[in-house]
Amino acid sequence: MSPQHSAYLWLAQRVTALVLAACVIVHLITMIIAVQGGLTAGEILARTQGSIAWLLFYSVFVVAIVVHAPIGLRNIAREHLRWAKGADIAAVLFGLLLLVLGFRAVWGVFS
Amino acid sequence: MTDLRVSVWRGDESGDQEYFDVPRKENQTILDVVTYIQRNLDPTLSYRYACRVGMCGSCAMSVNGVARWTCRTHVDKVCDTDELELRPLDNFPVVKDLVCDMQTFFNKQKKAGGAFQGSKSRDDGLAIIKPDSKGRMAVDKAIECIGCGVCYASCDIIKWNPDYLGPAALNRAWTLVEDERDTRRVDRLRAVSGDAGCHACHTQMSCTQRCPKLLSPTHSISGLKREVTRAALKGEI
Ligand code: SF4
Ligand code: SF4
Ligand code: FES
Repeated sequence: MSPQHSAYLWLAQRVTALVLAACVIVHLITMIIAVQGGLTAGEILARTQGSIAWLLFYSVFVVAIVVHAPIGLRNIAREHLRWAKGADIAAVLFGLLLLVLGFRAVWGVFS
Repeated sequence: MTDLRVSVWRGDESGDQEYFDVPRKENQTILDVVTYIQRNLDPTLSYRYACRVGMCGSCAMSVNGVARWTCRTHVDKVCDTDELELRPLDNFPVVKDLVCDMQTFFNKQKKAGGAFQGSKSRDDGLAIIKPDSKGRMAVDKAIECIGCGVCYASCDIIKWNPDYLGPAALNRAWTLVEDERDTRRVDRLRAVSGDAGCHACHTQMSCTQRCPKLLSPTHSISGLKREVTRAALKGEI
């Protein structure tokens, strides 16, 4: 990995950490409000279906996770499993998996 | 005062702890204890020291499991009981007994661009650095490093990744990155970036907690991360 790429990875992880901090707060507050008086699929879908605002929010959330988590896992794999190249490939694959699963869920509650 | 029961590492990479009884005295340092053993009990014990006043950085060892400079560590401060365990510093190969091999440690300073490269010759006169300039203030503490290796022995990342440059080398690089006379800034930022450089640091601050000079290599490393990022965004590295 070139010095420049290392710097970008680090920056991407920090920036997405900031985004995630905000997203998690919104997510927790929504959860606390949502569970008042019971939690039903109908209630969740009533809030999210057709809502562009929630679609955008959860899309940003997913993208931030897709960038953030694999970078961290790559570091863990390098340090604790002593992987080198393998860690890069595994991290990219894991990121793709998160991307697919994440957007599948986002689309599921929107459509 | 009762005697101290001191267990000391004997051997190189393989060896064992050996026990010595050392009379306890007031204001006794760990280095006094080791010197007592070598002068009175076993002249074959090897250890290192030079200045005895916290300047040279040669006397560090592991004292009851914690890396410390020994010439300025009082027995009373680190010993609740009468037992003392002395070992060579962690994360360094052992040469013999309490002497460890510092070669990799200093080579990493070189690798991190630790050599100053100015643009002037000795005939150009002294550069004037304003004491309150931003760069000088940023490294005010960091330049006091004595190269004792305590931080390096305390950093877990070096255990996990032996190639990691480590807190002292990165701290040294930081002092030069902020040195307005130096001309190798970009090379140095390249050298300290990456999985064996500043980006490997977890910011857990063991180095900062243990540094006997009360420096903060962690702070220097954060500075490097910032400067490396700036340089990458500008396309300099
Ligand atoms: S930073 Fe502190 S602990 Fe590390 S080598 Fe320098 S003086 Fe020793
Ligand atoms: S702050 Fe960084 S350099 Fe210092 S001990 Fe922790 S990981 Fe090592
Ligand atoms: S003997 Fe020089 S620092 Fe301890």
